[in-house]
Amino acid sequence: MKVELDINKEKHEVDVEPRMSLLDCLRDKLQLNGAHTGCEHGVCGACTVLVDGTAVRSCLMFAVQADGYAITTIEGLSPGPGELSILQDAFCETHGMQCGYCTPAMILAAQSLLSKNASPTRDEIVDAISGNICRCTGYAQIVEAIALAAERMRGQNQPQDASVTR
Amino acid sequence: MSAPGKFRFISSDRRVREDRRFVVGKGNFAADIVPQGVKHVALVTCPHPAAKIVSIDKSAALDMPGVHYVLDGAELAGATNVLATGLDTPNVPRRPLAVDVARYAGEWVVAVVADSRALAEDAAELVAVEYEPLPFVLDGEAAYKGGVLVHPAHGSNVLLDRTFVWGEVEKDFAASPHKFRHVVKWGRSATVPVETFGVTASWDPWREMLDVWASIQMPKYPDQIAMTMKLPMSSVRVHYDVDVGGSYGVKRGIKHTILVAYLAKRLGMPIRFIEDRLENMRGGDMHGPERNFDVEVAFDNNGIIRSMKMRALDNVGAYAGRSPFQLGKPVSAIVGPYKIKSVQYQAIAVLSNKTVQEAVRAFGQSPTNYAIERTIEEVANKLGLDRLEVRKRNLIRHEDFPYLIPSGSTYDSGNYQAVIEKVLTKADYPALVAERDRLRAAGTLAGIGIAACLEPSGGNSSFEPLLNPKVGTTTWMDSCRISIDLVGSITATMHTTSAGQGHETLVGTVVGEVLEVDPDKVRVVRADSLNSLPSNSPVGSRMAIMLGGAAFHAANKLKAKLIAIAAHDLDVPAERLTYENGNVFDASAPDKKRTWTELVTIGHRYIHRMPPDMEPGLSVSHIMPVPTGGGLPTADGRVQMYPCYSFEFHLMLVTIDPDLGKPEIKRYVIGHDCGTVINPKIVRGMTMGGIAHGIGAALYEEFAYNDDGLLVAQNFMDYLLPSAHEVPPVEIVHHETPSPLTVFGQKGSGESGYLGAPAAVASAVNDAIRPLGIVVNSLPIKVARLGDMIAAAREK
Repeated sequence: MKVELDINKEKHEVDVEPRMSLLDCLRDKLQLNGAHTGCEHGVCGACTVLVDGTAVRSCLMFAVQADGYAITTIEGLSPGPGELSILQDAFCETHGMQCGYCTPAMILAAQSLLSKNASPTRDEIVDAISGNICRCTGYAQIVEAIALAAERMRGQNQPQDASVTR
Repeated sequence: MSAPGKFRFISSDRRVREDRRFVVGKGNFAADIVPQGVKHVALVTCPHPAAKIVSIDKSAALDMPGVHYVLDGAELAGATNVLATGLDTPNVPRRPLAVDVARYAGEWVVAVVADSRALAEDAAELVAVEYEPLPFVLDGEAAYKGGVLVHPAHGSNVLLDRTFVWGEVEKDFAASPHKFRHVVKWGRSATVPVETFGVTASWDPWREMLDVWASIQMPKYPDQIAMTMKLPMSSVRVHYDVDVGGSYGVKRGIKHTILVAYLAKRLGMPIRFIEDRLENMRGGDMHGPERNFDVEVAFDNNGIIRSMKMRALDNVGAYAGRSPFQLGKPVSAIVGPYKIKSVQYQAIAVLSNKTVQEAVRAFGQSPTNYAIERTIEEVANKLGLDRLEVRKRNLIRHEDFPYLIPSGSTYDSGNYQAVIEKVLTKADYPALVAERDRLRAAGTLAGIGIAACLEPSGGNSSFEPLLNPKVGTTTWMDSCRISIDLVGSITATMHTTSAGQGHETLVGTVVGEVLEVDPDKVRVVRADSLNSLPSNSPVGSRMAIMLGGAAFHAANKLKAKLIAIAAHDLDVPAERLTYENGNVFDASAPDKKRTWTELVTIGHRYIHRMPPDMEPGLSVSHIMPVPTGGGLPTADGRVQMYPCYSFEFHLMLVTIDPDLGKPEIKRYVIGHDCGTVINPKIVRGMTMGGIAHGIGAALYEEFAYNDDGLLVAQNFMDYLLPSAHEVPPVEIVHHETPSPLTVFGQKGSGESGYLGAPAAVASAVNDAIRPLGIVVNSLPIKVARLGDMIAAAREK
């Protein structure tokens, strides 16, 4: 059946079987390969995308259920070709990853947190990513990346001195 | 970190270049590679731990629209050779699909090929296989005794049973006033990457070429494909530019590869198989060691251990993969960081009707470290001595290096006391002890965990000739090729996949260091197996030593070539010339100078200005042997196995809820010494990740089987992976004792953290429950079991 999906602020009309997961639709129909398949039973979180800004497991959602929601995938986060968002850059700064497989989902979980909480505590960061399994890092450098991004984003949102911007 | 000024780029806190593609979701993982017209595989697996395959009815599956083929084991076995195994056990043949008999629950029986994975799964459900269940054996000790045989033609369940005696074991035991013996167990777990194994193959019959893209981390992978597929190796092209989504040893999917390679060749279509989690957990053959240790030590009144007898029985599952060799690596550090003079080691690998084992991070060393550490704690306990003090008394001293251990390996360097003292200072050990005692007084169970252990790194796999005399392999090289192109940019080539270890960053950093150029300007690419130099893939904590070493030597060759070109062109002896930032000049006459651009131009375009005997172009290769070379074992099984030995010391405070039995790590400090650190971000990440794996193996993760022989932990609801909640903040204290054997003094760190974390957790839990008069000697220490033990002890 045909559905119209709003992904990264673009409309995509796709023809899917009703049983197709949003994850499979993103990967197989739209070649948005940043969402990764890990367990396909909703535990590892590697398939996380944002649905209206909230982190959701795309392996547990049918593509047809996504109709009418604003979906954000990792491909929607970078400001332009070759550029990184503050959050993505912070992950690079702390090396908050190794193999990179859980990374897009981890960044989206963090994006969801930071969109609602500009100054998260360590416990809040841990809570926000506790549904995303990383087998490489032991999480330390991921938590640091998110804290660093929060700090930088707070700084970015400060009113700037007019004499500097002019 | 290193002394300031020692290096330009080595040891500085530089970013990891691979990260940029991962944070935007642009990794190139196996599942992202989708050739035109690719078809998909799903599997029919055996639901019994052992069963005769009576019949297979494929008709309903084949009638389904979109289904292309249904393959059984007989056809595949008829067309391919058996999979390679490490041991000389010809009557334990291993094949991708079972032939006549299936030997574990989850073993692959039939493969279905269809237009989509979903259709292939639908069709797999329509394949009717009739089974006749057979008797089975799950327990390793029971299998060792015989009875039910997993492979009757083999005559027993024993794949390997070898006893080594290094030194005067019986004499040392007789001369010692104290002996202690116990049994400790390491449960079946694995590193379980978030990405399952995936592989795609296509066959071009006109070019006679098999192309393979796989999430592989395995030495000798193209060779095994060629031999099993009966193809010349020049007809197998493995693409190494596939990002591997975590491996930590286990991504050894040779059986997966042969399955899709055969189907691709048979059907003339690109074929891919990406395991789902169920296929991965029960039939992906990536379980780790399941090991029973029987350890006896002889020691004096001061707790000095003079001799050790260790029996290690590993339940390797239904077929012989490479796993029995995991009993071999620990030979290289069989005494840990301690001066134990003599050792008797019995290594036993037994077959059972469980999933096949594969290599897991540290290749068997972590379980052995745990057994040694559990034992030394009991020595202290028996004598009423402090556990830390007994460790210190037995340590190899800084002045003793290089230190030859009884089993034939020489430890290169170390300063174990210094690392331990740094950790004790960082943690404020007396305060930590006081905190434990305060918690105990307040009614909580609290314990301090301690572990000291080694990470053998960069070895030549001499456990192979040690455990299988028919294997004479002593070579275990790695390589790098570096070219400067005709406009002066640098490209370095590596020859293996990576699974998050940052090898592109490693090569770029090393080349930048030697050639004095910005490492970020050094392009690093990966060859495919047909245009690559020899590599043995990232195993055994070897790449900093071996790939880093190869890159160093290749870059130096290139630098020497540039200097020789300048010398010839300037008519100045090379010895008088200085290389600086890519330019070459005569320090005594600075006008005598050739810039990078000039040298590159001469090297590529002006052969008339080149030294007459020099090859044109600026491209060099280096193939590097293991720093300690390679030798065959002596008759009594002594061999130099690994050149470098990293050290780690773990210290933690754990509380246990006395009612629930739930442990919580309150403080964790690790001291880590892997020699010169090439990239601090990478080494720290490896160590933290290894600790997380170790906590998982110690407390949560287990491939548990029920009495019916079925794997009950086959998804992430039952096989528990540590989340950010379970992994505590860890403080790392660095120390650097450079290796005298490597180019920058670096040692391996790919397995760090995992080597000692399980031992340290076990130490902490036992310290916490010892006041109750109980001891726990098997991993994982599951909450429910610990809670029951504590409850029973308190009732007494």
